[in-house]
Amino acid sequence: MQSKTRSPLPGLSLSLGYSITYLSLLVLIPLSACFIKAGSLSFLEFWNIVWSERTRAAYSLTFTSAFVAAVINVFIGFLVAWVLVRYEFPFKKFVDAMIDLPLALPTAVAGLVYSSLYVESGWLGQYLVPLGINAAYTKFAIIWVLVFTGFPFVVRTVQPVLEELDPEVEEAASILGASRLQIFTKILFPTVFPAVLSGFAQAFARGLGEYGSVIFVSSNIPFETELAPVLIVTRLEEMAYPEATAIATVLLVASFLLLAFINTIEMWSKRLG
Amino acid sequence: MAKLGFDLSAYFSGVNGLFFGLLSASFLLLIAIQPIQKRASSSNPELLHVSFDPTREVINEINALFVKNRQGLLGTQVRVFQSHGGSGSQARSVADGLSADIVSFALFTDMEVIARKNLLNTGYEKTKGVLTPPWNSAIVFVVRKGNPKKIKDWGDLARPDLAIITPNPKISGNGRLVFLSAWGYMLHKGHNETEARDFLKQIYKNVPVMDASARASQVTFFQKKIGDVQLAFESEALMAVKESEGQLKIIYPSISIKIEPPIALVDRNVEAKGTRELAELYLDFYYSYEAQQVIAKNGYRPISPLVAHEFKDKFPDIKLFEVGLLGRSWAELQSDFFGENGIFDQVFQAIRKDRK
Repeated sequence: MQSKTRSPLPGLSLSLGYSITYLSLLVLIPLSACFIKAGSLSFLEFWNIVWSERTRAAYSLTFTSAFVAAVINVFIGFLVAWVLVRYEFPFKKFVDAMIDLPLALPTAVAGLVYSSLYVESGWLGQYLVPLGINAAYTKFAIIWVLVFTGFPFVVRTVQPVLEELDPEVEEAASILGASRLQIFTKILFPTVFPAVLSGFAQAFARGLGEYGSVIFVSSNIPFETELAPVLIVTRLEEMAYPEATAIATVLLVASFLLLAFINTIEMWSKRLG
Repeated sequence: MAKLGFDLSAYFSGVNGLFFGLLSASFLLLIAIQPIQKRASSSNPELLHVSFDPTREVINEINALFVKNRQGLLGTQVRVFQSHGGSGSQARSVADGLSADIVSFALFTDMEVIARKNLLNTGYEKTKGVLTPPWNSAIVFVVRKGNPKKIKDWGDLARPDLAIITPNPKISGNGRLVFLSAWGYMLHKGHNETEARDFLKQIYKNVPVMDASARASQVTFFQKKIGDVQLAFESEALMAVKESEGQLKIIYPSISIKIEPPIALVDRNVEAKGTRELAELYLDFYYSYEAQQVIAKNGYRPISPLVAHEFKDKFPDIKLFEVGLLGRSWAELQSDFFGENGIFDQVFQAIRKDRK
């Protein structure tokens, strides 16, 4: 069998073979194993597990905290990307390199450091806790570390787009009489929006699956501060594998749908732009 | 150069190329796996002891002593590795294939977990390490300097003005033993199970942080200074008090659960690895005079009467109840208390209802 149209690039099917093998080994096979394991439950069992009060509480906490953290990241990340692209200041290269640190640091370390800083005996906690700000072992703490782990994603997706955007376009708009707000809404925002969205999606997805850091800053009380990934691990420790995979399956499907939805908006906005 | 590229493309086109891609990818993967297989078949005898969380120090010391004192007997250079974590998690790792030669757990139920996977010979319940473990312990209270909240016994823990630190019973042996100990206190006082349930609800309402293991709880209480009282293994408590230099103090409750952490050979693994003889020697070593001393030094109650007498000042004589008091087998305890929708889950549902 010969392929009908031949690509001008050599080795297409060779590299395709590689890609398919590795994608299967690394992503498809483990994920389908998860689905198959969850499939060993009857529908009623599955439903009782994924829709129990405790699981629902965990899902809602997971999704809201990941969402809020991603929204915060959009604002902070955009600002940081803007500063890095548009301004010159000393140690800029250094600051730029620091953005990626949250990706390199084991998140468990971040979680430990956060919780030690914000407890009453910690460096920051000693001033904050008397004011009633409890930033360790609360929902606030969870969002806080998720902001930390998701932060680089927004910066790194928005930054290249801002770099591409020629300041002369804005200057031209200004000369033609556009107000600052108009420049932002008509020129900046439409250009950057798709990148912001994809940064948001990445930070959000990262937050949904985050375990290492939240296990240390969350107090892990059922119904209150127990996140879905923590619940999955708890179930695994109880040797309840089908139950754990059932919760994971719902988390996976929900994340996939959400990400697909965000990607659609992104494509749609690109076409409009 | 371009010509060569096109030639290659023709050669690797279509199904042929795809097949070749798959083949070479798997080949590369094989190469990557190779060194791992090689390392597994090393000739020097090695033992892996998989244990629960707070035994790090004591096992480390015993291992060193075992290698040193039994060197002549063994003839070869033996190495003993150790692994620690929440008792339940460790049992799961072994059940899932971690090739431990020796296991020790906080509770007998974790032994049952790996027995169900046919890793242990029948009659393992009757082996020395399970029947009369080389060490005992109890659940005690650790409070801050001067005991500002005046905590004396289990009954005080139900007071609403307290913050109590204890790990998650679902995954931690320490957590489960605390739960059972509080339950046993209520039964011992002549209360019924409904009252015991209510009592546990009051206690767990006071828990601000539920860590994954005994050691994590200790960090929360001691380093992060959260909570008024920590419910800990006696050995952990003794160590924390020593390290705290007067900041912490142990309170012995009127009654506590008798903790007998079982230790056993993993029959299936020692047979596969050919380490049975060595593993048996190692397990027996725990009952030797020198190991019993190490055990006592590290805060576990020794089984040897002689060593117990030497250390009698370290371990106050307190009332310890056997698990039989709770009127259930270990398997029933596990499913009734910590299984899905068991008593622990119900306690938290009740707390949830109250908070709403």
